[in-house]
Amino acid sequence: MAERRARLAGIAAAIRRRDLEMILRAGMGHVGGDFSAVDILTVLYLLVLDCDPEHPRLPERDRFIQSKGHGSGALYATLSYAGFFADADLDTYMAPLSPLNGHPDCRKIPGVETNTGPLGHGLPFAVGSAIAARLDGSPRRTFVLTGDGELQEGSNWEAALTAAQHGLDNLTVVVDRNGLQQGARTEETSALEPLPAKWEAFGFTVRTVDGHDHEALRRELCAPAPPGRPRCLIAVTQKGRGVSFMADRVEWHHRVPNAEEARRAMEELQG
Amino acid sequence: MTAAPASEPAEATASPPAYDCRVAFAATLLELAAADPRVVAVCNDSVGSSNLKEFAARHPDRLVNVGIAEQTMVGVGAGLAGGGRIPFVCAASPFLTGRALEQIKADVAYSRANVKLCGMSPGLAYGQLGPTHHSIEDLAWLRALADLTVVVPADPAQTAEAVRWAHAHDGPVFLRIGRTPVPALTPHVPFEPGRAAVLRRGDDVTLVGLGTTVSLLTQAADRLALRGVSARVLNMSTVSPLDERAVRDAAEHTGGIVTVEEHTVRGGLGGAIAETVVTHRPVPMRILGVPGVFAPTGDARFLHEHFHITAAAAERAALDLLGRGP
Repeated sequence: MAERRARLAGIAAAIRRRDLEMILRAGMGHVGGDFSAVDILTVLYLLVLDCDPEHPRLPERDRFIQSKGHGSGALYATLSYAGFFADADLDTYMAPLSPLNGHPDCRKIPGVETNTGPLGHGLPFAVGSAIAARLDGSPRRTFVLTGDGELQEGSNWEAALTAAQHGLDNLTVVVDRNGLQQGARTEETSALEPLPAKWEAFGFTVRTVDGHDHEALRRELCAPAPPGRPRCLIAVTQKGRGVSFMADRVEWHHRVPNAEEARRAMEELQG
Repeated sequence: MTAAPASEPAEATASPPAYDCRVAFAATLLELAAADPRVVAVCNDSVGSSNLKEFAARHPDRLVNVGIAEQTMVGVGAGLAGGGRIPFVCAASPFLTGRALEQIKADVAYSRANVKLCGMSPGLAYGQLGPTHHSIEDLAWLRALADLTVVVPADPAQTAEAVRWAHAHDGPVFLRIGRTPVPALTPHVPFEPGRAAVLRRGDDVTLVGLGTTVSLLTQAADRLALRGVSARVLNMSTVSPLDERAVRDAAEHTGGIVTVEEHTVRGGLGGAIAETVVTHRPVPMRILGVPGVFAPTGDARFLHEHFHITAAAAERAALDLLGRGP
């Protein structure tokens, strides 16, 4: 297990570095939200999801939807690391005519299930995906990653009602709970707490986990779901995780580091 | 409080048998669902108004009623399509298109999801219920979206054929399913998206309609013929992509174009045709529809008269356009 721990830590650090390179090259990006989600994405793609990067449209694949579409840098770096497309493609991030938009385009990028960007779209899609699996009598699972600020969009709560009504135990919502949204803390903007109680009241089985602890994430994501209820995993994270001067700082939602900051960040991300 | 403006008296016309296109829609969907297990229906507590009661009885597992939640309804439809299903997402058109427009854009059109959006009771069908329930902006909103085929069948036969085509077509479709009764106009021929049907041949003027207004135009053409005016009638059942060839041909070979739609005149059928006409061959046009206002209350028939969405108004517009007074 120690060996796996070290391997995953190395991979997550490499994904953060690659993501930062992409953002520096593009001169744009959402580094804070990317870095809060990298560990969740690493565990999902390397240890949890049953999918084949060589055949990304296999009908029986597990479905993963990243509802926080602005975290595209983290998603693309992870997908590429997992083998969905070439590492060199990452250098085109947000360049003219690149398939790698600032928000993911499922028509251009293998491994992306639906287009996200406007918030509150991923969970309704995931509910439909989970209902389709149930109609098929298929064991395939659906995972959706939402931001926490994103939960201020009402469509999430519509979809939560539907998920509970259908008893979708093949659906897992992972909330990237970094506590910050674009402009301020979630609790200073439109408070979400008590968040676990809200999901429980909506009929979900709720677990809270350290969103940067790979082993804990693996354990929770691989655990069999209690029957008859959808699952919510609140992953407690830090925006800008991995770089001391970015961590938990609202201004790093979409700031691009200057040369000196980039040098220091890369140094810290050597892991 | 001001008095309601006077409207013209109802026209005295023979009443051919009239049909609610939702019936043909529901029957065809049932037929497809029986033959193809991939077909599912998704709705927003509209089992009754979307005519899905029989579907619910026969295929309870394949009816996903999300409750009063249109955004989730469309997202769930896209997710079902991602799982290999063919979802027919049914709701009253004002709520489907207005409430869930961003989901229609991002989850369906831009993602090119194989979702069939079915906007029921559009236009002024819910006349008495007021502008919140009128769907007179839906075509303008939806035809602005890329990669969404926008279809407005004119009668029961075309409704059935359009539903069959939508099922067979792999891609996003919007079907505007009328509630206002219409006569049978078209034969049961396979639906061709993006193709206008010529219902009357003519060279003096072209009348273009869709959905509930097409039968008004055949009546208008018959009346114009009595005055020696030869009017072409086009059933423009696909708003997007538009049959630009038929529009260009009308502009080149007739003296002008009159459009009539149960929709605002801002950006709907008339707008779409005007874009093509001014680009290729400017000719005089008259665009009849709701003139950029929120409609007063009144049943659909009253509102059609009130806004000149009638055969008589189309006839007058054609004569006016040709410089021939009534």
